[in-house]
Amino acid sequence: MSRRRFGAGTPLGLGIAVSYLSLLVLIPLAAVAWRSFDGGAGEFWEAVSSEQAVAAMRLTLLVSLAAVVVNAVMGTMIAWVLVRDDFRGKGAIDVLIDLPFALPTIVAGLTLLALYGPRGPVGVNVAFTRVGITLALIFVTLPFVVRAVQPVLMELDRDMEEAAASLGAGRLTTFRRIVLPNLVPAIVSGVGLAFSKALGEFGSVVLIAGNLPFRTEVASVFIYGQIESDGVQTAAAVSVVLLTASFVVLFGLSVFERRMTRHAG
Amino acid sequence: MSIVATGVTKRFGEYTALDDVNIAIPGGSLTALLGPSGSGKSTLLRVIAGLETPDAGDVEIDGTDVTGVRPQDRGVGFVFQHYAAFKHMTVRDNIGFGLTVRRRAKAEIRERVAELICLVQLEGLGDRYPSQLSGGQRQRMALARALAVEPSVLLLDEPFGALDARVRTELRRWLRRLHEQVHVTTVLVTHDQEEAMEVADRIAVMDHARLQQVGTPRELYEEPSNPFVMGFVGAVNRLGDSFVRPHDLELRPSANGVTHPARVERVTHLGFEVRVELEREAGGALLAQLTRDEADELGIAEGDRVHVAPRKERVFAGGAGI
Amino acid sequence: MRGRLALRFAAVGFLLAVLVGPLALVGYRAFGDGAGPVWDAATGDATLSALRLTLIITLIAVPANAVFGVIAALLLTRPRLPGRTLLSVIIDLPLALSPVVVGLALILVWGRTGWFGEWAIDHGFQVIFALPGMVMATVIVSLPFVVRELVPVLKELGTEQQQAAATLGASDVQILWRIVLPAVRHGLAYGVVLTTARALGEYGAVAVVSGKIAGRTETLTLRVEERFQAFDLVSAYTASIMLALLAVFTVAAMRLLNRERH
Repeated sequence: MSRRRFGAGTPLGLGIAVSYLSLLVLIPLAAVAWRSFDGGAGEFWEAVSSEQAVAAMRLTLLVSLAAVVVNAVMGTMIAWVLVRDDFRGKGAIDVLIDLPFALPTIVAGLTLLALYGPRGPVGVNVAFTRVGITLALIFVTLPFVVRAVQPVLMELDRDMEEAAASLGAGRLTTFRRIVLPNLVPAIVSGVGLAFSKALGEFGSVVLIAGNLPFRTEVASVFIYGQIESDGVQTAAAVSVVLLTASFVVLFGLSVFERRMTRHAG
Repeated sequence: MSIVATGVTKRFGEYTALDDVNIAIPGGSLTALLGPSGSGKSTLLRVIAGLETPDAGDVEIDGTDVTGVRPQDRGVGFVFQHYAAFKHMTVRDNIGFGLTVRRRAKAEIRERVAELICLVQLEGLGDRYPSQLSGGQRQRMALARALAVEPSVLLLDEPFGALDARVRTELRRWLRRLHEQVHVTTVLVTHDQEEAMEVADRIAVMDHARLQQVGTPRELYEEPSNPFVMGFVGAVNRLGDSFVRPHDLELRPSANGVTHPARVERVTHLGFEVRVELEREAGGALLAQLTRDEADELGIAEGDRVHVAPRKERVFAGGAGI
Repeated sequence: MRGRLALRFAAVGFLLAVLVGPLALVGYRAFGDGAGPVWDAATGDATLSALRLTLIITLIAVPANAVFGVIAALLLTRPRLPGRTLLSVIIDLPLALSPVVVGLALILVWGRTGWFGEWAIDHGFQVIFALPGMVMATVIVSLPFVVRELVPVLKELGTEQQQAAATLGASDVQILWRIVLPAVRHGLAYGVVLTTARALGEYGAVAVVSGKIAGRTETLTLRVEERFQAFDLVSAYTASIMLALLAVFTVAAMRLLNRERH
């Protein structure tokens, strides 16, 4: 007699899931990896070490770092204001934070260009500059730190701060010594996600960057240009580097989070 | 309807949860599976229900081998410790679920559910959601849900474990009365010996994945087959190779050749009962239970020297420790 | 007190400068010559066909990912599933992918010189520069959201209710429809909303595979860029406003669902 067990649908579900992922994720990514090594390791190396590619990757790293540093500080501050402060219109601001998640990136780039572009009303022009790219990345990665820190701050025990205050700690000392250490894991996790997103970002930067090689060309824009101009092998090689970097960030983050939860447990 | 498990073994990776368990549960009985946590009692219940598949052995319900049968087709009612209430359904829909998935007529379901709501005393609560019920009410709903499909056996996994002490006592008595009304073969898993003694007419004691002894509550208490069972169903003292219940210890003012000298460490008056903690001069603590009159007659006080002898004792082959 | 006010103004000021200001200005500029030109741009054939294409892609990608998401989340929460960690890593992979890389990957598989390209074209199945490629690109970039929302909800749900339903005689299909899906409906809806937002707004991956053929493979996001490059700012802004409105609906839906959940 066959022993049918509870949850007998598993093999069918596994078959569907694995086929779906193979068709849409694994095979396409394998094609990228395969194409990048098409001409051997030498050509791969040549592609990723060309001056233009190196400049693009270096710029990507630079503007991504700049954007997440700004968001680490501002995101923590916004989360603090949303949790601890109270004023009219706070609810609206809380809603606003989710907008960059939902707003198409191309629209984000366009709106930034309208206000801070050549014909903007404020008299600042960041079009075709690294500041402009950083601004775009700040916009699209804004929610990550806020949404990571906010729940932790809500759960944080006010007693701890009151105890520190009763022991004579000033407000800044209390924040630095008591609150901030408790927020660090959340900030790191938000920053990690934001950084990984920034590395590959395309839509929001494509209009604002102007794509001047060596000056304002980030990696994703470089890849796009190579695809358009039949440099598919180069595009694939830089894609592999970009993907690896992003994956390492996310993987490191999951290791970090696992270690933190073990610490807390 | 009877349940027979033969040679049931179940492993989870390296861990053996059931080791060659053989048990026969007579139809219409209310049997408790009693044991400490990790003894395998819940796993045995889940194997009977078909929620776990044994690695070896067979399960029969009412003389039919159901080892390879899915839980859906076994006709068992199962009640979980944490109720497993369907949170998105009303009490009525929870209770009627088994009938609904069997595509019974609406009117029939309505009638049967109303009947069960009366039986488990949830009148007037039919349109509430589980989150609006107390723990005790949720568990009665879960029982009604299990009974709705007229199961051939009713399996209860620590059903009162998540409830507070007072509700637990009430529900035990209520379950006893319910069993007398419904008479379905019932198996109850518990780690609480008092609960098992009070509710069940038969108890199966389990420890370390093995069945230790099966019998009536009285048999287990009076004639335990090993030191573990003796210790698990009541308090016990060790005197040399023999085991003595605290109320079977006699305290005497003078020695008589078979007594052991001991010093009174503490005397606790619990109304009718008096508990005496003793330290043997040969080493080792003892606990004696006296009636108030016996204690008064002895005039026992802390620091006294007394002589202890068992009125009734048990010696087990091998003399294994508890 | 003064410190608190300073923080408040810094936070609000930052959001005004980065988020609200730019969006408000686009609205203001679009309506600079009144509502007439905006209405004309919004109801023009090219815009409507772009909107239609965006909706068609979304209507295929979202249900596909919802069904896959339910299946995958059930697998990931099944105890003792071999290879569970690997499965979870592969599902999260699109989060680490640049949209441009997704587009490139599809070209390398389905393009004329790609692995399956020649075979597909011979069998009349045009992927690149056509709807199937755009759908695939959208499915990939929005793939993890339903799974990621459902896994924690399913974990919290546990398996006891499913087991209870099984002992009551419910079949696997009945357990899925009557117990699991109703119990996780808010999480599922939330995941679907996130997927929809991503599908409506995807630009990079679709830009690479579409070929941007106006009227045929031009989605609303592609039209924003194309009109901007053509210096037709009113049309670009109008398409942006349409997309922004869809985003606002999405955020509102997220809010409502979040309140329902807690």
